[in-house]
Amino acid sequence: MTNTENLILDLVEKHGRERNSLMPILQGVVSQEKFLSEEAMIAIARELDLSAADVYGTASFYTFLDTVPRGKNIIRVCKTISCHMRNKDEIIGVLEDQLKIKVGETTHDKRFTLLTANCLGWCHKGPVMLVNDEVYPEVTPQKAIEIVEEFMKKNN
Amino acid sequence: MEQLQLKKVDIIFGWDEKLTPIDVYDKTIKKSPDSVILDMIDSGLKGRGGAGFPTGLKWKFTRNEDSAEKYVICNADEGEPGTFKDREILDRVPEKVLAGMAICAYVIGAKEGYIYVRGEYNFLLKGLQKKVDIFNKQLQERKVDFTIYLRSGSGAYVCGEESALFESMEGKRGEPRNKPPYPTVAGYNSKPTVINNVETLVYTSEICRMGPEKFKALGTFDSRGSKVFSVSGDTPIAGIYELELGMQLKDFVEEFADGDAKAVQIGGASGHCVPRKKFNETVIGFEGIPTGGSMMIFNSTRSMYNVLHDYLEFFTEESCGQCTPCRVGCQQLLKGIEAVKKGEKPPSYLEDLKKLTLTMKIAAKCGLGQSVANPFISIVDNFKEEIIY
Amino acid sequence: MVNLKINNIAISVEEGTTVLDAAKRLNFRIPTLCNHPDLSVAGNCRVCVVEIKGARLLAASCATPVSEGMEVFTNSEKVRIARKHVVELLLSEHNSDCTKCFKNGHCELQELASEYRIGDHVFLDLVKSKDKIQDISSPSIVKDNSKCIRCQRCVRTCAELQAVSALAVVHKGNHQSISTFLNKPMNDVVCTNCGQCINRCPTGALTERNYIEEVWNAIYDPKKFVVVETAPATRVALGEDLGIDVGSRVTGKMVSALKKMGFNKVLDTDFTADLTIMEEGTELLTRLKKVIVDKDETVKLPMMTSCSPGWIKFQEHMFPGMLDNLSTCKSPQQMFGALAKTYYADKVNIKAENMVVVSIMPCTAKKFECNRPEMRDSGFKDVDYVLTTRELAMMVKQAGIDFDKLEDDHYDSILGESTGAAVIFGATGGVMEAALRTAYELVTGHEVPFTNLNIKPVRGIEGVKEASIKIKNTVPAWSFLEGVELNVAVAHGLANAKKLMESIEKGETNYHFIEIMGCPGGCIGGGGQPIPTSPEIRRKRTDAIYAEDMGMTLRKSHENPEVTEVYKDYLGAPLGHKSHELLHTHYKARKRY
Repeated sequence: MTNTENLILDLVEKHGRERNSLMPILQGVVSQEKFLSEEAMIAIARELDLSAADVYGTASFYTFLDTVPRGKNIIRVCKTISCHMRNKDEIIGVLEDQLKIKVGETTHDKRFTLLTANCLGWCHKGPVMLVNDEVYPEVTPQKAIEIVEEFMKKNN
Repeated sequence: MEQLQLKKVDIIFGWDEKLTPIDVYDKTIKKSPDSVILDMIDSGLKGRGGAGFPTGLKWKFTRNEDSAEKYVICNADEGEPGTFKDREILDRVPEKVLAGMAICAYVIGAKEGYIYVRGEYNFLLKGLQKKVDIFNKQLQERKVDFTIYLRSGSGAYVCGEESALFESMEGKRGEPRNKPPYPTVAGYNSKPTVINNVETLVYTSEICRMGPEKFKALGTFDSRGSKVFSVSGDTPIAGIYELELGMQLKDFVEEFADGDAKAVQIGGASGHCVPRKKFNETVIGFEGIPTGGSMMIFNSTRSMYNVLHDYLEFFTEESCGQCTPCRVGCQQLLKGIEAVKKGEKPPSYLEDLKKLTLTMKIAAKCGLGQSVANPFISIVDNFKEEIIY
Repeated sequence: MVNLKINNIAISVEEGTTVLDAAKRLNFRIPTLCNHPDLSVAGNCRVCVVEIKGARLLAASCATPVSEGMEVFTNSEKVRIARKHVVELLLSEHNSDCTKCFKNGHCELQELASEYRIGDHVFLDLVKSKDKIQDISSPSIVKDNSKCIRCQRCVRTCAELQAVSALAVVHKGNHQSISTFLNKPMNDVVCTNCGQCINRCPTGALTERNYIEEVWNAIYDPKKFVVVETAPATRVALGEDLGIDVGSRVTGKMVSALKKMGFNKVLDTDFTADLTIMEEGTELLTRLKKVIVDKDETVKLPMMTSCSPGWIKFQEHMFPGMLDNLSTCKSPQQMFGALAKTYYADKVNIKAENMVVVSIMPCTAKKFECNRPEMRDSGFKDVDYVLTTRELAMMVKQAGIDFDKLEDDHYDSILGESTGAAVIFGATGGVMEAALRTAYELVTGHEVPFTNLNIKPVRGIEGVKEASIKIKNTVPAWSFLEGVELNVAVAHGLANAKKLMESIEKGETNYHFIEIMGCPGGCIGGGGQPIPTSPEIRRKRTDAIYAEDMGMTLRKSHENPEVTEVYKDYLGAPLGHKSHELLHTHYKARKRY
């Protein structure tokens, strides 16, 4: 059995095989593997007795349940109005330069994916970004670079 | 920080050592469920998520349903741009939210409660889970058959719509349902459900703590009590403030803006934009412009075209996509203002688009599509030149 | 009862009635798109909105139950504006190149656009160029996202009626669309090709892969000898697309039209339906003997019918562990093709390579079936082209034939004779009934113990039907069956099939023989039948099928003289060597996801 299948069996064990368990299971896979691979969606469909298209349709509804390959670290820069007013474009620009990718892309070494997100709920402390589940309010271009550098240094 | 002129209130984040949330719970369940409902109705508390449905009635309707299975759900899918108060509440006073849920469960007869936290707030979950565990244990010790669980979203604004939230909890796409039936009759798992906003639940426990009279004494006839506001945009003091409802917008602007405010967006992207010339006549509350808490200030350097464009882009992406007026309407509005800006459509096209938003307002399936008219019409009407040129 | 007013007219209806249905009773037609009588309520297209006095919002009438004292307006100013907006919005995301669309003239959106006189588009064109690339990977179904209006009727059909869910709603907002798993091509997913989605698609987003030009080319090719076969269910539905009432039997007119169109021979799939009964009935009895007498554990019961290619593919995907239960008989269509290019070609002295076999089917899965690699036992592709009932109607129109005025004509011989047992293949329970009529008589020498041979328990619209027949007074060869209670079951629509299969899988049942048809109502409700469909329309077609049966002189497959002849002349005996070679097949497990 593959790692993915094992992971899904564990998640199913924990959350159950009901349709109501689908979200926690999808979230569990994404938190480990960063996205839902074809293999993962099929395994989930099998365990929950759903069609693969149904699993895909549900997952793809949710912005954070990616169904395309993502890097180990996912950076999401808020693009909604108050962060826009506080120069989120500048943040995105420096991150694009630093990572040498455009928004929506993943670095060649698969360590970083750069995305934008709709309102992250830090309008008083914009611009804000999430790296994985961690939040970084009031980022400046300099701080953004440092944050990513920290992640680069980490052995992951 | 400057001294505030507006009446600041300290209910939500205040802490009464003599009467902690679990004490409030203990005190409240000595009363009959019906008398708790009467207190809620008497307090005049309306939902703080934005829609403003009277909380006491919601509890009463659900209590009256005959079902062995009922649920209390805390809507913490705070996604409205410009709103960030629920995160702060869950971070700082989660016990009050939990007490509110438990009181509600007592009133309606629920055995399970859920907090649905938006995926953007995943960093809160660990801490919150600890508080939930402690609280569940306290309930267990009291032999109360009610347990609270955490659920999280995964990045979908529309899941803040209550029936979409149920769908999501049921493992489906977060598509709003047809109404009726309403949640009080058929909510989560098609069972009678009370779904309240985070802040509303805190107020319910606070009303139980201090009595409805003290709460009612705040605010106005139509807008009882206080409210947590999320203030952002062009303000030197962005942040969270609990204020009495029913205040004048001009007072708010005086207090919070940078002296150069040309507009305030009340109620987030789905709310209304009030231009400077109407600051004097605008009341914030159910008798005027209601808000889930978002107050976003724009000064004269801002392009209202960009503001509207941002909002429309947001709705275009965050529409669930199932109903025609919203899915296609949002795209038409977004592309429409772009076309006018580029001169590909005449300025009069904005009138066609306004008519379209009026259709969306009455024909879309849920509040998301229905509310796009609010920002669109209020911005286009008040800042037409900025949209066209 | 609930009292309400619609357009100021009072009406009383049962509680739970929708506003839409209540209005219908007063003859107020409210347009709908996402609503369908076979499916759950969606309420998402919003074209059926109405105004309710005192309500802030318009209500989707399909999703709103009536309430006491309600006052509804179906054509107020607000309603009209909103409805027109909705149609305009749908058109703005729809590839409105109607003149080039296969559904031109049969499109519900086009009808609404015409009704509301939508002139120049008010709104911007939102059709994405990537959506204009049609998915033609499937030999049965063409998917064209640029025509899709997201009503989700196909998604609900695939889930609720067929339990397949090959199609799903994916993504949200402006990216929302109807898609397969990971947007894979239709031929690479669990789609059974049943075409039920096509029957319920209001636009041209889902259509059959049509072979009209190929068939005309064959007809016009002087070197080709073009033989056409017609399935049982086509003769009770073709008229619907040619201006004749639902439920009319048009067998003779259909034959006449096909002859006028230039087919060299007009033959009948009903003939091979009778032949199927001989083969399948014998197969059943043989299996029973092996199980009961020989105690052969490799032989599987219940035996399952194999006429429906949608069902076959469903089983190959979903229940691959039970493929040995499937009858090895090819479907009547494929038996026909295999015999046409061998036995028949010899008889009419035509080289098989010059023969083109066209079949007219109520089915889209048949298009897939004729392309299966196993279906070349004649040494050629046994059936060259499969046309749906709808495609045939189009060709009749193209040929300028005034269908209604045609005189009845007769099928050519040979391969044109049939019995009532064959025609009832077209309705759910029909194969079972035909098989029982023959098997019972074979085993006992007496007719089945049902009035007028009508085995009522296996008829009707119930999703899963069961029946038991006690076998009495057997002839010596079948004496081991004396006193055996033969248990049978019938399911139609794949959701019902799934239920039945699951109970069999769990060992909860004791069936000997089951009939499964992929489509609701059986072939009369097939994915290639005229659109629209509804329980009412399917009931009328079913009635016509049984009327056709009652009108036949011969009503038992084993009495078909041409069948007797083909065994005498060519095949030998049922399940004989030649039969095995031409009339039987095998199945393959397919991926479940």
